[in-house]
Amino acid sequence: MSDLIDEPEEGANAPEFTVTEISGAIKRVIEGEFGHVRIRGEIGRVSRPRSGHIYLDLKDDRSVLSGVIWKGVAARLATRPEEGLEVVAVGRITTFGGQSKYQIVIEDIRPAGVGALMAMLEKRKKALQAEGLFDPARKRPLPYLPDVIGVVTSPSGAVIRDILHRLRDRFPRKVLIWPVAVQGEICAPEVARAIEGFNRLTPGGPLPRPDLIIVARGGGSIEDLWGFNEEAVVRAAAASQIPLISAVGHETDTTLIDLAADRRAPTPTAAAELAVPVRMELLSWTDDQGARLTRALGYAITQRNQRLRDMSRALPRPRTLTEWAAQKLDTVGARLPQALIRGVDQRRLRLSHVTGSLRPSALRRTVQGKREQLQARAPRLAPALKRSAERRREMLNARAERLSPQPILQEIAREKRRVTDLSARLEKAGKAQITTRGERLTAWGRMLDTLSYQATLQRGYAVVWGDGAVVTTRAAAGAAQALEIEFADGRFTPGQSQPGPRKSTPKKTPPEQGNLF
Amino acid sequence: MNDKPVEEMSFEEAMAELEKVVGDLERGDVSLEESINLYKRGADLKARCEAKLKEAEEKVAAITLDSEGNPDGLKPVEGL
Repeated sequence: MSDLIDEPEEGANAPEFTVTEISGAIKRVIEGEFGHVRIRGEIGRVSRPRSGHIYLDLKDDRSVLSGVIWKGVAARLATRPEEGLEVVAVGRITTFGGQSKYQIVIEDIRPAGVGALMAMLEKRKKALQAEGLFDPARKRPLPYLPDVIGVVTSPSGAVIRDILHRLRDRFPRKVLIWPVAVQGEICAPEVARAIEGFNRLTPGGPLPRPDLIIVARGGGSIEDLWGFNEEAVVRAAAASQIPLISAVGHETDTTLIDLAADRRAPTPTAAAELAVPVRMELLSWTDDQGARLTRALGYAITQRNQRLRDMSRALPRPRTLTEWAAQKLDTVGARLPQALIRGVDQRRLRLSHVTGSLRPSALRRTVQGKREQLQARAPRLAPALKRSAERRREMLNARAERLSPQPILQEIAREKRRVTDLSARLEKAGKAQITTRGERLTAWGRMLDTLSYQATLQRGYAVVWGDGAVVTTRAAAGAAQALEIEFADGRFTPGQSQPGPRKSTPKKTPPEQGNLF
Repeated sequence: MNDKPVEEMSFEEAMAELEKVVGDLERGDVSLEESINLYKRGADLKARCEAKLKEAEEKVAAITLDSEGNPDGLKPVEGL
């Protein structure tokens, strides 16, 4: 029955809450107690949804606290919350009853002292350096005289004015300003976007692509300049195809964009000085070059002129070249008539020597003498010739008379008769001879037939041949290699089957028959 | 020697070439005819440099951005 008895238990008179009631109660307590707190911790995971609010975790080695930075606050923040940064966050704790959670709504967030920020900067610098983003080999030379200069900075303020003033002083150029926030949460994305945007422009387009970019900002605290340490900005600066000058903060402030830039200027004014040369100096330089040109050409001409004059002085005068020859000619010329006269004189003298003995009278006398001799002999010439001819003619006639053909003709006739006589006798004797010899030949022929062994063979005898000779003895037959027997009608070789008609085959004959020969 | 026509040279190219021409001419080891050619070229280069220096004109404009942050135009900037 215990359920009927309302037995009071310990604490049973405590008020009863609904979940919502207790959540509300907790909320009141927490928000009342922690309406304004400063919390130190390291930023954990950060997320930035498109709403513009920032969600992050604050943590230490044991606990985690969720936090939120509302959009309006985020835009004002001097420090961009980043994972790993040691911060002091100021805000209030709220609960989120629907999920039984609590979180901090951050009103302000700052690095936990400069040391924390510097440590993080150093860490990032090392990482980017390891990637080679600050490599000197990546740096591009600045154009000597850019046509268009792109300036990434705040459109209002001293920085852009300083740059424009200095450009105007040195060399007025076309300047394109890309306006950006130079501090706060949106600074880094805007600067990165501006650098990339300038690189994307086309040269000579309606928005001309700059030949040079200056990223500039005035001095400020490290937190103020923090956007220029952001990785996105550093990467954009390193990747820029257009040469880039950074001029962020004062000379003593070094941000990571300074390391990635192609040149670092200590101030915006210095950036303008790096960007363009001084026009007046160049004009004066150009004038100077022109003057040097003219001077050099003038000098070249003067120098040659001088050399020409020097050389022409050194050149001997034409007269001196001929003087000696002229003088010699004069001397020789003067001697010429006398020499001629002397030459003629010498010859005349020699002539007179030679002609001294040559006188016409002498010659004439000699001629006279010869002529007389000739005349004395001439009359004797014709009779002598006549006599000689006469004598020879007589001799010829005497011999001609003794010459007659008769004896020769008689001789010829006599010899002819003798020849006829002799040839008749020769014929007669020849015929007698032939007849006599023919008869004797016939007689001998008959005798031969009678005596021939062939005739004997006709009577039945045979001749034995051995080795080509007649065999007449039994011993000779025994010694012979081969024997043949000759009969009247041919030769036969004994012991051979064919009784060929070889005439030379000897035949063994009885020894007595050899006697026939 | 730079083969680019003088009238297409940038200021820097014309300047470098002019400096070289002046140096060559001053060394004086070229023929007189060549000296005259060098002088003519030097005079052309100087004219080119002066023309580029006269082009100095200031024109400042700011880029306007659309809601996405992309450039969509220019607006003149005055008074800076």
